Amino acid sequence: MQQSACTLKNVKKVFGSIVANNNVNLDIRHGEILSLLGENGSGKTTLMNILSGIYFPDEGEIFVNGEKVTIRSPKDAFDLGIGMIHQHFKRVDVFTAAENVVLGLEEKSRFDLKKVAAKIGEICDKYGFHVDPYQKVYNMSVSEKQTLEIVKVLYRGADILILDEPTAVLTPQETEKLFSVIRNMKKHGKAVVIITHKLHEVLSVSDRVAILRKGEYIGTVNTSEATELSLTEMMVGKKVELNIDRPLPVNPQKRISVSGLNCKNSEGLPVLKDVSFDAYGGEILGIAGISGCGQKELLEAIAGLQTCEAGTKIEFINPEDEIPVSLLGLSPKRIRRLGVSLSFVPEDRLGMGLVGSMGMTENMMLKDYSTGNSIFTHTKEPHELAERIRKELGVVTPGLSTPVRKLSGGNVQKVLVGREIAAAPKVLMTAYAVRGLDINTSYTIYHLLNEQKEKGVAVIYVGEDLDVLLALCDRILVLAQGEVAGIVDARQTTKEEVGLLMTGKGGNK
Amino acid sequence: MAAPNREPLVRLVKRSSIPLWKSVLIRVAAIILSLLFSAVIINLITKLDPIKVFTSMYNGAFGLELRTWNTIRDMMLLLCIAVGLAPAFKMKFWNIGAEGQILVGGIVSAACMISIGDKLPTGLLLVVMALISAVAGAIWGLIPAIFKAKWNTNETLFTLMMNYVAIQFTSFMVDIWDKKGSHSVGVINQVTRAGWFPPVAEKQYLLNVIIVLALTVIMFIYLKKTKQGYEIAVVGESENTARYAGISVKKVILRTMLISGAICGIAGFIEVAGVSHTISVNTAGGRGFTAIIVAWLAKFNTFTMILISLLLVFLDKGAVQIATDFGLNEYASEMVTGIILFFILGSEFFINYKLIFRHSHKEGKA
Repeated sequence: MQQSACTLKNVKKVFGSIVANNNVNLDIRHGEILSLLGENGSGKTTLMNILSGIYFPDEGEIFVNGEKVTIRSPKDAFDLGIGMIHQHFKRVDVFTAAENVVLGLEEKSRFDLKKVAAKIGEICDKYGFHVDPYQKVYNMSVSEKQTLEIVKVLYRGADILILDEPTAVLTPQETEKLFSVIRNMKKHGKAVVIITHKLHEVLSVSDRVAILRKGEYIGTVNTSEATELSLTEMMVGKKVELNIDRPLPVNPQKRISVSGLNCKNSEGLPVLKDVSFDAYGGEILGIAGISGCGQKELLEAIAGLQTCEAGTKIEFINPEDEIPVSLLGLSPKRIRRLGVSLSFVPEDRLGMGLVGSMGMTENMMLKDYSTGNSIFTHTKEPHELAERIRKELGVVTPGLSTPVRKLSGGNVQKVLVGREIAAAPKVLMTAYAVRGLDINTSYTIYHLLNEQKEKGVAVIYVGEDLDVLLALCDRILVLAQGEVAGIVDARQTTKEEVGLLMTGKGGNK
Repeated sequence: MAAPNREPLVRLVKRSSIPLWKSVLIRVAAIILSLLFSAVIINLITKLDPIKVFTSMYNGAFGLELRTWNTIRDMMLLLCIAVGLAPAFKMKFWNIGAEGQILVGGIVSAACMISIGDKLPTGLLLVVMALISAVAGAIWGLIPAIFKAKWNTNETLFTLMMNYVAIQFTSFMVDIWDKKGSHSVGVINQVTRAGWFPPVAEKQYLLNVIIVLALTVIMFIYLKKTKQGYEIAVVGESENTARYAGISVKKVILRTMLISGAICGIAGFIEVAGVSHTISVNTAGGRGFTAIIVAWLAKFNTFTMILISLLLVFLDKGAVQIATDFGLNEYASEMVTGIILFFILGSEFFINYKLIFRHSHKEGKA
């Protein structure tokens, strides 16, 4: 058995009335990769923030290399050789890689950046990745930034590395590269902890899996003895059906037709280049791509929230009379007045889809508060709708007037999706609809989308989990750097093919 | 065991929620503590009996009928401005230009009293004054709003600068109207009382109270129950959400500042026609800024604003009274005001956070 690097005993952390971690016992060993598995909100990140000195535990003990320690700040954690790679990278964009690495280190004289660069080169050689020490951070891709973050932690001599959801922003190919680096670190005796909720990654990279559920420590198992099903069961606490239904589209009819879509972001840089596609009623069209490849702008352009360049054509074909209506340049309100019922679940739930400080009832009327001639808002219908959504989707909230900001991520999403579906849409667009949701809620959402599809709604599903896209959608449109890299049949394609299209390397246009 | 690194002595933990009784208790405790603390300070500095000092403060605000009415008068003025600021701040439009909006409202009111005071019957004159002061204030509020909506300029600086323009404009007008060379306008229409608020039920300031309370109720309904109020809340929370809902953010900004400026303009009218009957660069007297505190502390609930403006005016009056009663200079009394405000604001911290002390929770385990 490998030597224990870090041990947590009966750790407890409470936020207000919420128990984020309770009685957690964890053993992290040198030369081993430990996965910390749990659904969103199960306390994984909290636990690792305790280890890295960001939070202080309310109860429990921490041992590093057999000695009892108290970690009061991130600096304490560094001194103990604990390094954390966060989900959201924390660096200075206008600095070079080398400058970012030494940022925050105390040195008596001037920094010798050449020496720093040499040491970075050494680390890269040792573990098998590549970083150009003189490259500015703003020129880096997401994956390069992540690599830099790992180098930074290794440079400071960390022996225990914690990676918080490292694959969330990577393509399948980049993920493989990252895993080979992690395996190299393991070979060199580092203790590695990966926080994740993706089961296949857990199975492919880790030696042992520790599972948390709702803050409670469930147990640690050897990966070799685990299967996807057994892990899910531990994670969720009951047997879960992991299959997503995919009925064949019935009588698909063209509903949305986009051609020559060009648009620029707020800095004036083109984000969408000549995008053309059709979406059909009764099918789910998936949109895949590395994050920030124009997915957001694409949906917003259709929803009337994005200014498009001249030459763009966006048309809605009403199933009743089959007359195309141009949506270009119309505000969401005017699109609704044309009788086009288009629902949109945006990525930023509380910053765009809902008003965080308002309760469920008031959020229900966000889109149709202005109907009718009275100067006063109606509250009866929204109240009934809120009550219905709360019941049907099982939204957990202290009350319909509790600010939705105070609800958990899953419940917030249920409120938003519930409202958008209640509008009886002809087109339903969702952006990262299951991001941050637990497995059960995710499946509820998939089920709702399938229901809409069977009703003949054209569903557009922007997703990040390729496995889900491949299982749920009928066709997948792959975006790469704002261009359509390809539209593939989700029943025929493979993960590798989509992954290659995402990087803009593979496929035929 | 004396470990070198020990648990920090005090830690802050954000509360997830707090029961109503507890938050009320914390606020009451804050006021009591602030009174005790100021009592100690008073005693240390001046050797006076704190009870006497507090009694004197109370007397300053409510001691005589006249004083009570003066307190009510000032409170209504402050409340009126806070009510005007409420929609702007709820929209997260940082209107710190109430001073200017009050002044221009006051100037046009004074102009009416001077130029047409003897030509119209009182009732009609007052209506005309109210209307054009509202228009003047609205224009003053609209200018920064236009720039904000069109070019996204910073409204904080813009509204602040508009104050100085209004102040200069006021001194210009004062100079024109000043006939005695005293650099002041003096009491306008002192003999005819044209354009003065008439006493209602023999109470001089009852009309002020009626107007302001009516505005308070209307604003409460406007913000809570109307579609426009709903739009203000959405824009204030997130402009993206507003766009998503199809709300025209520009239109809401313009409309809301129009309303906000108009009510501040009416506050200027009340000040000139209903209180001082004159105009000077001190007509607004910093109330445009104090009202911001009122609006925020009340979290834009106009009924809560009544209590908060009462508290602030009470403190102000009390401070003046102890200064005269005990021969203290005004700094001593301002200290008391400062201490009380500090405790009230501080109590908000304890409502949002709680402290956890070392050892307080793990005795059983040691």
